[in-house]
Parts: sequence; structure tokens; C-alpha cells
Amino acid sequence: MTGKVIVIGGGVTGMEAASQLSAAGHEVLLLEQKKTLGGNVSQWDRLFPSLRPAGELLDHLKENLLARKVKVYFGAEVLAVARSGNQFGVTLTDGEKMTADALLIATGFQMFDARRKEEYGYGIYTNVITSADLEEIFRQKKGIKNPSGKVPQKIAFIHCVGSRDVKCGNTYCSSVCCITAVKQAIEVKEMLPEATVYCFYMDLRMYGRYFEDFYKKAQEKHGIQFVRGRLSEAVENPDETVMLKVEDTLALRPLRMSFDMVVLMAGMEVSQGTVRLGKLLDLHFADDRFIQPSNEHLLRNVTGSKGVFVAGTATGPKTIYDCISDARSATLAIDEYLKQK
Amino acid sequence: MINFGYSIHKDNQINMDAVSMELLEKVKKREPSVMMCMACGSCAATCSAAQFTSFSLRHLMLKVCRGQMQGLEKEAEKCMLCGKCQLVCPRGVNTRNVIIAIRSVLEEPVNE
Repeated sequence: MTGKVIVIGGGVTGMEAASQLSAAGHEVLLLEQKKTLGGNVSQWDRLFPSLRPAGELLDHLKENLLARKVKVYFGAEVLAVARSGNQFGVTLTDGEKMTADALLIATGFQMFDARRKEEYGYGIYTNVITSADLEEIFRQKKGIKNPSGKVPQKIAFIHCVGSRDVKCGNTYCSSVCCITAVKQAIEVKEMLPEATVYCFYMDLRMYGRYFEDFYKKAQEKHGIQFVRGRLSEAVENPDETVMLKVEDTLALRPLRMSFDMVVLMAGMEVSQGTVRLGKLLDLHFADDRFIQPSNEHLLRNVTGSKGVFVAGTATGPKTIYDCISDARSATLAIDEYLKQK
Repeated sequence: MINFGYSIHKDNQINMDAVSMELLEKVKKREPSVMMCMACGSCAATCSAAQFTSFSLRHLMLKVCRGQMQGLEKEAEKCMLCGKCQLVCPRGVNTRNVIIAIRSVLEEPVNE
């Protein structure tokens, strides 16, 4: 049997799941809150570790949606969900009503607001930016200038901003920032070969395929320096450079160094949309505030609420590869569920 | 002077704004693999010289990377160039050549 599925969230996970569900013969409606598809990935210029343009991946996913004739509803925000038997009645904030046999939550993550880590100076010091701000600079294709308007000669990347930090309430690892820092550091060195680039880290979590090679390339080809030590505080110098204070934990000595630009690798947090929807549907949230699936090994896309499925970063930080796999795995779970009905 | 049992120590902080990276740049030219150290410590653990002295190649390379020149020459002399560290290095750093490069750069006249 086939059924009607509403996929909520038009990021990479929602797009892939919607195409796959449609290919499996189900009637699919993809809801996206914004006016465009792509979610967080649409802010990105190039992807690790191949430096493939993010737009190229999104174009593929969009083409698949078109080819599968998936209906996409833009500007759609879920206001209420009513259940009658095995059917869902979904009402949007604009008054639109629709029904479905299954729901897939793909409302993902949002980036940690780096202003909350006040001692790092984001939003206070001119030349402290986030990884997303740097992607925007890359996307402009106008070369690299710091917010003061100078071509930076000394650039620092700060790992684990808003991750592994009980003071932010986020004790988990965001899993993509280490490799993103390496990617961005390499991109900066490619554009500014004379620049001095330092990464300040607690651990380097290069777990994915090619990640370690990318890290090695950063050291070997680009001479990027890695200092093991978490940034304690940043201070703005009178010339708008930023002085960082860390402990070089391998040298067992405190260290300070000034930079023309400091890039904070902001982590992932559960998105407001995920929280709102999870509450509407009475789903279980884990301590890290992401949605808890029914079984962490075997039912990764199934929630405690019958007919409600979840995929992508709504269940915790993931790479794009993992989001795509998770979207496909959710498709199978939903397909199985609808066939049993 | 009265001995109070304590004194003022020299500032322990590494000030990267005040150090010179000249040594690292010169060593890098002679042996680029110096950049590939990831501070795993295999070299220091296997080191024959370290059994009898305070020598640590990991620490020596870190000092070079942080522009810490003090006592470097004496440190570099402790190595016997046996090459065991090179056998164990997972990053393929040419450790013997790093030591030789550090020694020869340090021996260079200052105003070359």
C-alpha cells in the first residue's frame, strides 16, 4: 500500500527523503518554512573534504524533487497537528489544511549563537566572526577581508564554540566543526598563501573518510599550525586585532597571540522548529535537547508517536553524508509502516 | 635580604607576538615534514637518549614551532641520531633530518 507523507523541513535531509519516498510510490508533500530549499547548507560555499560547491549538491537534490514531481510548499509553518485514527490533520499558520498517513520531521539544527560565548567577543570585537560568516565571505567571491576592511595576515580558527561546553549547556560534540575548520583554514591559505593560520583545539576529531588526509594536507601543504588548548578569552587590541589567550597544553605553558581575524567554529543546536514540532507531537527529547528516537540502534527514525518519523540533525549533529543516509533509512521505515497499514 | 620562602618567577607565558619564526621557517625549508607532527609522543617514548636524559623530540619540535629558542641548542645535542623515532612516527616525519636541520640552522652565523 502507498500513502500520503508530509515531510517537514526542506534541508538536505527533507529533500532527499521526499524524493526517495516519492520514488517508492508515496504521495509526498514537502513543507519548507523559508522561501528557498537547502536549509543550513544553502549558507555554505564549499563542502568538506572534496571542496565540492554546496550549490552543486543542492541542485542535484532539487532536480530529483522535480523529477519525482514532489510538491513543495514554501513559507509553510506548522501550527497544529490533529490525529484521528492513523491519519494526521496538519494546519499551517496561513490557515492551509492538509492530511497525511505519516509525518517525517526533518527540521534539523540551527547554529549556536556565538554571542552567548561572550568572552570570545563575537558581536563585541570587530574582527571576530563565525564559520558561517566566513562561508558568506567565500560565497561573495571578492577575496578575503576582515570586518575592519584589511586583508588579514594572521587568522585563527577556534574549535568547539558552543560544543563540549557545559557553560553553554551543550556537552556534546557537534561533529562537523573540526573538519570544517580544517577546510576553511585550507581555503584561506589557498586564497592568501602568505597568511599565518592557527587552529586552537581541544581534540581533533577527524573520524570521517578522508578527514585525516585533509588534516595532514593542512599541515603538510599549507603549514597550518595546530595548538592544543581551548580559547579562554579574547581581547581586542587598540588596532582592532584580537589577542587570544590559551594554554598550550602540550608545552604546559600559557600562550597569547594576536590575530587580524578570529573565526569561531560555532556548533550545532537543535533548531527552534524541531523543538516546536516535537512539543506539538509530544515527542521525547534527550538531555542534549535533540529528539530521541525509539531505539538508538535499530529504530533510529522511529519516534514514540505512531506514524511520526524523524531524520537528519533533528536527532543530533550529523554530516551531510549521514543526513543523506538517514533520510534514506527513514524512507525505508516509513515505507514499511505504510505497507503494514 | 630576608628570605620569605618565595620569589617572583619569570613570566611563563609564551608571547607569540614577540617571538621569531625564523628558525621554524629555515628548518621547514630543509625538512618540510617537521610540520606534520601531531604530538602523539611515539618518538619521545621510544627514544634511547630519553632513558638517560630529559630529551624529548616532541617537545623540541614544539619549541621550534612556538619560536622558543632558549636552551634549544643544548637540547638538540642530546640526540644520538639512532633513528628509532623515525621508525615509529605515524606521520612519516623525517625525525633524524629534523634534528640535523635544527642543529645546522642553529650553528649558522647569526647575520648570515
